[in-house]
Amino acid sequence: MQFTLNGKATEIAGNPASRLIDVLREECLMTGVKEGCGEGECGACTVLIDGEPVCSCIIPAGQVEGADVVTIEGLGGKHPLQELFMNEVGAQCGICTPGMIMAAMKLGDKPTLEEVKVALAGNLCRCTGYSAIYRAVMKWKGMPEPENADKLVIVE
Amino acid sequence: MSEVNLRRATSLDEALGILRDENRAPIAGATDVYVALNYGTTGVRQFLDIWALDELRTIVKRDDTLVIGALTSYTSLIESHLVAEHVPMLAEASRLVGGVQIQNRGTLGGNVANGSPAADGVPVLAAVDAVIVLRSIDGERRVSVNEYYTGYRKTVMRPDELIVAIEIAPVEGKQWFRKVGTRAAQAISKVVMAAVRSDSPKIAFGSVAATIVRVPETEKALASGKSIEEAVEILGRELKPIDDVRSTADYRRRVAMNLLKRFWSDTA
Repeated sequence: MQFTLNGKATEIAGNPASRLIDVLREECLMTGVKEGCGEGECGACTVLIDGEPVCSCIIPAGQVEGADVVTIEGLGGKHPLQELFMNEVGAQCGICTPGMIMAAMKLGDKPTLEEVKVALAGNLCRCTGYSAIYRAVMKWKGMPEPENADKLVIVE
Repeated sequence: MSEVNLRRATSLDEALGILRDENRAPIAGATDVYVALNYGTTGVRQFLDIWALDELRTIVKRDDTLVIGALTSYTSLIESHLVAEHVPMLAEASRLVGGVQIQNRGTLGGNVANGSPAADGVPVLAAVDAVIVLRSIDGERRVSVNEYYTGYRKTVMRPDELIVAIEIAPVEGKQWFRKVGTRAAQAISKVVMAAVRSDSPKIAFGSVAATIVRVPETEKALASGKSIEEAVEILGRELKPIDDVRSTADYRRRVAMNLLKRFWSDTA
């Protein structure tokens, strides 16, 4: 399998049926990719394939042949959203954090709180709480701090 | 678990040739298949990876019929102007499938092929009498989605066939879709209803039987001018939901009846 990983041409031998998350963590040593549920529900394993957030725990590695893959490591550790997750206390245990940040990468300019919630709807957090996470993302996008960020939204 | 074998096809002809010669299950976005593999709930180990077949990713209008390539993702359905114009409730259903990550990989053909009675897209297809286009190396055939399922996760598709497209003729009448689950995103449905309001209403449900179902008795009642209250009673008798981990049969029946009432008043 040949693909681009965090900007570098990468070649991996092995079974193309292996889960992408296993190849990224164990062969490419990108351990920022976390496994939560292993069934595409929690989003902890989110990486970007050709710019689109996907769950790497349910993707055969062979499907990234020729693609551009970005993990949390690809952001370099000093990305403004990474800093904001720290400063706004958007991370407690940290398992959901890389996935949250990667899913947020797809957001356009000036998102509404509702758009942020939709973008992160596939990412579950069980300890930090969503308000701090939404606050970090909104600040990153230069948007005013949301009021009642943790208010329930009923999607009709 | 014994080793999973994934063979990659790079063209439709190649894929159909492999399906003729080898016993392999097609795999696209893998959002259902890899969950089953991770949890050991499938015995299938030989797969044909069709993700690279970009020729199955088009959405076009042929005459008046909307033709959706089998590998069209939910994200593409949400973004498509043709879908918005022709069958907006399909875009609505797609928005409620998983989160963005799943919408980016899950495909409409996969939703049909997987055959889950809780599929979110299939009730929409059932309510608009969509046609599933199956192709093998020997040719193509078309099957109404309402004749496609023969039992729980059982379909009329042969092992040498591939779903290549889903066709939707013009839809006359107001479209209506609701998904009832535990949570807006990332929740498997307890009940899904898709319907079209016209002189002969078309009503489909997901998660209330072994397959996606239409409710002909209820449709007939409404078409013949019976009151919505009578139709709701008929629906209550017509549906035979089951108890499972997500819900009870009683709850599902009650929700379905309420949805029918809501559909009727919303589309009045």
